[in-house]
Amino acid sequence: MDIELILKVYPYFLKAAVITVELSVLTIVLGLICGALGAASRLSRFAILRFIGAAYVSFFRGTPALIQLFLLYFGGPQIGIQLDAFQAGVIGLGVNIGAYMTETMRGAIVAVDRGQTEAARTLGLSKAQAFRKVTLPQALRLMIRPLGVNINAQIKGTALVSAISVVELTYTAQRYIGSTYKPFEMFFLAGVLYLIIITAVGKGVSFLDRKVRIQ
Amino acid sequence: MTETKSFVEIRHAQKSYGTLEVLKDISLNVERGQIVAIIGPSGSGKSTLLRAINDLDPLTGGEVWLDGVQVNKNLPHNQYEKHINQMRQDIGMVFQHFNLFPHLSVRDNVTMAPKLLKKISDKEANKLAEEQLDHVGMLERIDYYPAQLSGGQKQRVAIARALAMKPKLMLFDEATSALDPELVEEVNLVMKKLAQEHMTMIIVTHEMDFAASVCDRVLFMDKGVVVEEGPPEQVFKNPTQERTRNFLRKHLEGAK
Repeated sequence: MDIELILKVYPYFLKAAVITVELSVLTIVLGLICGALGAASRLSRFAILRFIGAAYVSFFRGTPALIQLFLLYFGGPQIGIQLDAFQAGVIGLGVNIGAYMTETMRGAIVAVDRGQTEAARTLGLSKAQAFRKVTLPQALRLMIRPLGVNINAQIKGTALVSAISVVELTYTAQRYIGSTYKPFEMFFLAGVLYLIIITAVGKGVSFLDRKVRIQ
Repeated sequence: MTETKSFVEIRHAQKSYGTLEVLKDISLNVERGQIVAIIGPSGSGKSTLLRAINDLDPLTGGEVWLDGVQVNKNLPHNQYEKHINQMRQDIGMVFQHFNLFPHLSVRDNVTMAPKLLKKISDKEANKLAEEQLDHVGMLERIDYYPAQLSGGQKQRVAIARALAMKPKLMLFDEATSALDPELVEEVNLVMKKLAQEHMTMIIVTHEMDFAASVCDRVLFMDKGVVVEEGPPEQVFKNPTQERTRNFLRKHLEGAK
């Protein structure tokens, strides 16, 4: 392994890693928003919203994220959607992970024992009050770990936007291979940086989970 | 509509799931301060009837009245929600599985609803929690979480939580069925205390001894109908119906 080369190029990789982190943060925030809206729709008492929620989940989980990205970035201009690669990456991946987060959040909400809502309603709380005070606080605790799994997948998933030439970690590795012909070193370095990001986030999730767990 | 006379009136309660009729034209009157036990085999509809009183399991026919107000009034959705939330504040309920809120301390379990619905101050809420928990002998556990309590202690906290809303009527849905035998007594004692304070109570139970010792009246239900009803000494000692005798005999054998 060419350590010297790694030491020479790693500052550029660090810069690219910052882009990967930015992409991750933005897609995760968008994903959480889409997930919350999706879960609310899927649990709505209105059939039309339930249908929209289900259609959203089945489309985005049922097709490759790469196809969704290509559709948005290359196909978008054809129907009047002009986005630069970074924007397309954030929106495409964010909406995609939102579909998975929809199911995570919905699952956590329905996993809260029905007796909890019953007890709250019996005391005179409205449906909304019972949800806010009783179901949601318990569901939030239940969803931290599975959302952590979604987030982990999403950080790795940002590698996909290299295919629409966003200069993040994976794309940077490919670019340096083009000039150095050292794929092992370049992909190894990129891999280590992903591992550092993922490990840090994983620790954060565990910490949060421990902190809010119900005794 | 006819004038209500009794404190609690159930008139021609009927409930079916598709073609399955679980409650068949049941009527029941309970006077203020009375304690009524509902007994019967599982699947007899006794819990369904109890849960119909606060509309947790809505009836498909018939009426429920409390203190001159119809609980299951026919109103448009939004108005009905308001109405039923108001009514439920007057109807406390205790569940077989306690259903304490695990994310809240004992104190917050008791004060959450009064704070939210009656807009009382933190100071008043604390006083209320202390009073109610003292009443059920759980004051020293006020800052514990439900997971740190035994089943009997959980159920006593659940009773305090219901009482904190100052209900006019208390419903007990097999409140001691999920408890280890040695923990049943502490919950029964709290219920007896409420009886002495003339709380109106409707109790679904499997405990015949308890029903016999605190209740004014016992209803025996089977297959969605009230088979027999009367004072406990009559229903337990001299049941007039064959089905009641069979049930009591089986139950006594089971208890041995």
